[in-house]
Amino acid sequence: MSKEIIIMIIGMAIVTYIPRMLPFVMFRGKELPPFLQGVLKNVPYATLGALIFPAILFIQEDIWYGIIGAAAAFIAAFLGANVIIVVIGSISVLTLYSYFF
Amino acid sequence: MESTLVVKHATDFKRGIQSGISIAIGYMPIALTFGLIAKTTGLALGETVMMSMLVFAGAAQYISLSLLAQGIGVFEVILTTFIVNIRHFLMSASLNEKAEEDTVWARMGYSFGITDETFSVAATREGTVNARYMFGLNLTAYSSWVVFSGLGFLIGAGLPQTLQESMSVALYAMFVGLLVPSMKSNVKVVFLAALAAAFNSIFTMAELMSTGWAIVLATLLSAILVEAVETFKKGRGSETDE
Repeated sequence: MSKEIIIMIIGMAIVTYIPRMLPFVMFRGKELPPFLQGVLKNVPYATLGALIFPAILFIQEDIWYGIIGAAAAFIAAFLGANVIIVVIGSISVLTLYSYFF
Repeated sequence: MESTLVVKHATDFKRGIQSGISIAIGYMPIALTFGLIAKTTGLALGETVMMSMLVFAGAAQYISLSLLAQGIGVFEVILTTFIVNIRHFLMSASLNEKAEEDTVWARMGYSFGITDETFSVAATREGTVNARYMFGLNLTAYSSWVVFSGLGFLIGAGLPQTLQESMSVALYAMFVGLLVPSMKSNVKVVFLAALAAAFNSIFTMAELMSTGWAIVLATLLSAILVEAVETFKKGRGSETDE
């Protein structure tokens, strides 16, 4: 193993861990102002929106690939399927799609 | 009493593991591909596995490989990793709001495992989360990431191409699966997700900033905007009530 790469990995590990860990130490047991609490409660849903779109369009060169995968997942989830079923369903639909097209 | 406590603890841990299974499936192709690319970039098996074990951040690890391949220096790789992963600060702050009172060491321990995926699963779960649940969740996701990074290095190209490609949708499908149930019961969630998606698309298409910052800014802007509108409406509502 090269020393330079190991230093790089350790550096990457530190700058990744600190942002993940700090809020748990900084905000512990302190009541945040209601507005800020509200914003933080919104974060998960906003994050999901930003994580899904537009990235899902670019998982393959064929833009339809992402659209069909997302549509399959959306329909399965809307019908009330469990997350694992949504994931497996979406993978199956895309396997079929790439088999035929 | 003691034994019921033990049972409860065991169940939380087990629930965490169960919640982690979709993530483990989703990580499989990404980790396999990471291992494969790491090999072609010239990393050793030990370095590849070590990176997955210590960093545990998919996007940043991929980016580091492409930077290494371009001959970009160690410092820039670390700085880019920081920029890409700063979004986890927001996620941790958000999750901290629904975390039960565990020891600070336990929280510092499970915070290591906060990724886009573990955060999304934990944050959209009903009720609170505790250390036992988080450790179960993280352990499942983490094991898949580390093991398949190593396997990818060794065999990555072995999986059928079609299957590898269709598995690339897995994590996005999971995000959709986490989002939609909340969308059905709460119209605010629809606004939050749609607004964040729109902001993120604008930032990404305009190439104004890196992907990491685009996600941070899109998330913050829509979370604040929607909250401000709601507070404003509530304020006006209570005035008319009086």
